[in-house]
Amino acid sequence: MSLIEVKGLKKNYGDLQAVRGLDLQIEQGEIFSLLGPNGAGKTTTVEILEGFRTRDSGSVSVLGVDPQIKGHESRIWRNRIGIVLQNSADAGDLSVGETVKHFSNYYSNPLDVQEVIHSVGLDEKQGSLIRNLSGGQRRRLDVALGIIGNPELLFLDEPTTGFDPQARRAFWSLIQQLRSDGTTILLTTHYLDEAQALADRVAVINHGQIVEISTPTELGGRATAQATVQWRDGAQIKLEKTDNPTALVSKLSTHFGGEIPELIVTRPSLEDIYLEMIGNPNE
Amino acid sequence: MNKVPSALRIGLRRGSLEVKQFSRQRESVVFTLFFPVILLVIFGSVFQNTISPGVTFSQYFVAGMIASGLVNTGFQALAITIPMERDVGALKRLRGTPMPASSYFIGKAILIFASMAVQIIMLLGFGVLFFGLEMPTEMSKWITFTWLVILGSACSTALGIAFSIVPKSGRGASAVVSPIVIILQFFSGVFFVFTQLPTWMQQVAAIFPLKWLTQGMRSVFLPDSFAAEEVANSWEIGRTFVILMIWLAIGIFFSVRKFKWDRD
Repeated sequence: MSLIEVKGLKKNYGDLQAVRGLDLQIEQGEIFSLLGPNGAGKTTTVEILEGFRTRDSGSVSVLGVDPQIKGHESRIWRNRIGIVLQNSADAGDLSVGETVKHFSNYYSNPLDVQEVIHSVGLDEKQGSLIRNLSGGQRRRLDVALGIIGNPELLFLDEPTTGFDPQARRAFWSLIQQLRSDGTTILLTTHYLDEAQALADRVAVINHGQIVEISTPTELGGRATAQATVQWRDGAQIKLEKTDNPTALVSKLSTHFGGEIPELIVTRPSLEDIYLEMIGNPNE
Repeated sequence: MNKVPSALRIGLRRGSLEVKQFSRQRESVVFTLFFPVILLVIFGSVFQNTISPGVTFSQYFVAGMIASGLVNTGFQALAITIPMERDVGALKRLRGTPMPASSYFIGKAILIFASMAVQIIMLLGFGVLFFGLEMPTEMSKWITFTWLVILGSACSTALGIAFSIVPKSGRGASAVVSPIVIILQFFSGVFFVFTQLPTWMQQVAAIFPLKWLTQGMRSVFLPDSFAAEEVANSWEIGRTFVILMIWLAIGIFFSVRKFKWDRD
């Protein structure tokens, strides 16, 4: 059985059909990324999986449990998951160490507080008040609080919004580390390069339905799409779209007698494919 | 493996965390703990008249301020700060953990009880030192005092948590909550002698807990002879207990059923 199983999920807000018949399966141990424009039903879907929202119809199973579960059963279920939300800005008057330690009291099998703080790279900030952390450090603390309970499944919502490039790279390796420790991760993001770098599989969601589920390199036939070969011929930059880039490069190499000036070979980026898939947002 | 810590254990941890957090917010410490004392100094200095043989207005006022401290520290503070916690996503984050709602409520109750204890000590200290307040000597009065403080704190905490669902945002919360508290204070015999208020005001006040808390505190700190000057010619201790219990039940009911963890 898959870690997350969703069948025919529907959710309306009044007349607005936010999610209309969505199917999804997420397997143990993968980083799965949900992509989609604002208003596509992404957040609604994730919040239903997190047990924050009720659904109108369809079946949902997360770790074998219906997230709408209540009472003590819900506590036992939440004991096995971790959630990193967008924009948490609370508890500014506590230190990093105090906060992580406190949250560890909520779980039956928490990880070691020191180890978690170390793994998110906040050792030196251990005694600092949260209100004095930078945006990136704060986000790392959010992740620390999400993983302190040693979750089997981690929800990550837009984790690197507002990060500088260096901080993002560091954050990505933290997430990859979690995956190699066996945590399944559901990542929602606006950054296509983030999905490309982290996700084993991506799902594009639009108008409340899944458009396609694939690996980042194969999405939308990307791996086999026409390549663009670009080079300089005298004063001119030349471009050619081809199904056989190797043959073209080989021909050019012969033509130039070795090195091809300013050679670039590209296929459509994940972003190109994605934008094509979701179409014109004003349609 | 799936034996999650008990609600009470987490609640006690939350209580100490809440107290720690509160003690680090200098403005709120000053406002919550010193404001009642400042009011006491102002009113106690302005109105030095005797309202009945052996009873000065400042004595009457100290009793009222302790009662209204219960409302300010519990109901008012929670109904304003919980919407703020909701705004910054703190509550939603907690909702996503195995922490049960009851632990959050227990933590708040501990915070309110602790800050109330400090506030009462300060009010009594100032009352005795500067405004002729006399500490009761009979054991029975201290017993009444103790349950009034505990039940009053609990009631005020539960109603504050329940009322936190009303303000739409943390920024607007103060504007919704504070007028209610101030009007209640005027109606309930905190700033004025209750029996001198118009009858309709007394009747409105009698619906709400503050009037009963002020009367209960007067039964502790004023001489028993003053009971004859209350509306019912008695301290009505039994009725006070029942009414506070009813409000406590209402507060707990709405807190448990309607508490909002998220903005929408």
